Amino acid sequence: MIPLFKERRRKLTLFKAMRPKPEKLPNRIPEGLYTRCPDCKQDFVTDQIAAGFYVCPGCGYHMKLTAQGRLKLVIDKGSLRELNAGLVTLECLDFPGYSEKLSNLQSSTGLKDAVVTGFCTIEGHSAVIAVMDSRFMMGSMGSVVGEKISRAFEYATKKRLPVIIFSASGGARMQEGIISLIQMAKTSNALARHHQAGLLYISCLTNPTTGGVTASFASLGDIIIAEPRALIGFAGPRVIEQTIHQTLPQGFQRSEFLLEHGFIDQIVERPRLRSTLATLLRLHSVTAQKKGGG
Amino acid sequence: MALQEAEDRIRQLDIELSRATDTATQRELQQEKSQLLAQAYGSISSFDRVYLARKTTRPGVRDYIGRIFTDFFEMHGDRLMQDDPAVIGGIAALDGMPVTVIGHCKGKTLDENIKCNFGMPNPEGYRKALRLMKQAEKFRRPIITFIDTPGAYPGLESEMHGQGEAIARNLMEMGSLTVPIITIVIGEGGSGGALALSVADRIWMLENAVYSILSPEGFASILWKDSSRAREAAELMKLTAYDLYARGIVDRLFGEPAGGVDSNSRSIYERMKNALLNELSILGRQNGRALVEQRYKKYRRIGDCTSK
Repeated sequence: MIPLFKERRRKLTLFKAMRPKPEKLPNRIPEGLYTRCPDCKQDFVTDQIAAGFYVCPGCGYHMKLTAQGRLKLVIDKGSLRELNAGLVTLECLDFPGYSEKLSNLQSSTGLKDAVVTGFCTIEGHSAVIAVMDSRFMMGSMGSVVGEKISRAFEYATKKRLPVIIFSASGGARMQEGIISLIQMAKTSNALARHHQAGLLYISCLTNPTTGGVTASFASLGDIIIAEPRALIGFAGPRVIEQTIHQTLPQGFQRSEFLLEHGFIDQIVERPRLRSTLATLLRLHSVTAQKKGGG
Repeated sequence: MALQEAEDRIRQLDIELSRATDTATQRELQQEKSQLLAQAYGSISSFDRVYLARKTTRPGVRDYIGRIFTDFFEMHGDRLMQDDPAVIGGIAALDGMPVTVIGHCKGKTLDENIKCNFGMPNPEGYRKALRLMKQAEKFRRPIITFIDTPGAYPGLESEMHGQGEAIARNLMEMGSLTVPIITIVIGEGGSGGALALSVADRIWMLENAVYSILSPEGFASILWKDSSRAREAAELMKLTAYDLYARGIVDRLFGEPAGGVDSNSRSIYERMKNALLNELSILGRQNGRALVEQRYKKYRRIGDCTSK
């Protein structure tokens, strides 16, 4: 009996293999046509979301922006003159797999590391801008981010320009160890010189800004603005929960929470981000001219 | 065998030794003990040093203050919110010279540990430290900080009160202080919580102290989602005094006797006092601006992305 069944099955599979395979139906919905809001879980046409700079039309959630997307939103078209674009880390020898990870990310994101810095204009006002990109190892700060931010402050101090930084970071980059930690002190010291020269620094906090970036330049702006509902804090929520063995209250470490506790000046939604920055630059350019005598 | 296990075994041997009656067993046990000691302290791994750095019997900030300085007057509170016992500080005299001393305090007994939050500061601790440092600048006193913390406390209230801002402010302000600053890592130097008291002209370290971006446990749990791989992480992290000295982050090492500084701590106070007097006489000759400039350069060159 059993060999008979086996024989039958063998033949059937033979026939199955010979039968023409039904052509795979083309997916009716092309990949990427729709984007799901991570907050309210509704689907929207990607083009519509992109046109609105990735603000959810349903709930107003501010989705993550790439560095390129952020620059497009904020600065005058074609005004970017990138600074130190070619910098790459020299601290990648000790950690296994780190170099490979970097080169993979470099080709997939088109970035050399987690921050883009440069000179730009915003509605005609000159500024030095730095934009972090959370796609690149969670926007973590290693030697390249630390160096580019420090150089940006030094350049701005020399040229007497304001600095605008968009932070998006999980903190210090573990793979570069103590070197990453020291970048917190390095950037803060470069910032101090810019500050002492009487120049403006606007820190813009986006989702997420945590760890070593929060504990250095991101928290030291003359003016600190944040996007709505962004996660901002020193320790990550999971670490805190594990430490205190409690569930965290709703909205803990979000922009609104920080505003309430006095750590940011204002929450600014994307549609009015560019004009807000332009206004702030204008308001400070007058005083800067008076003080510096042109 | 890891150092911690070896020490446990030695403790056990000591008990057996005290109970042993005949000389043959005593000799045998004694031999095993000396073998273990030689083996354990002969090849110390990075994780062994983490263990030594965390030992509760190790001298803490109060021991150093008490044995190196005189006339210590402790000051409390950040003048904003409250006093944080995880950071202590005040004025003291170093061979007659007034200085400001600040340090992380873990406490010795369990009660003290709890009171000091195991040396994990809240924002109030950093703000108290900054207040004392600004005061030191006003009265032209050098600043000496002692580092011994697992890290800044990751809690609900510490976030509410701006842990990130407090650390950031200290980093920025310490870079601009016009008086000499010397930092000594005496135990654990954990992450931003340690850095916020250690932007200094000179960074010194005890041989078995460690200084890292994160605890090995935290590092392992972030990278491999497995905190039990801490031993492996420690080797990778380059967190020992020797590693940091080789990288030019630490300027001077203080050797420890085998078994750690707690096994014979008398000499360390003397050596440290002499080193402080020497270094402060050198740094004291420079004016404030030169100090700030040199301190800036010291940090500026770390990770500057240009080949050496």
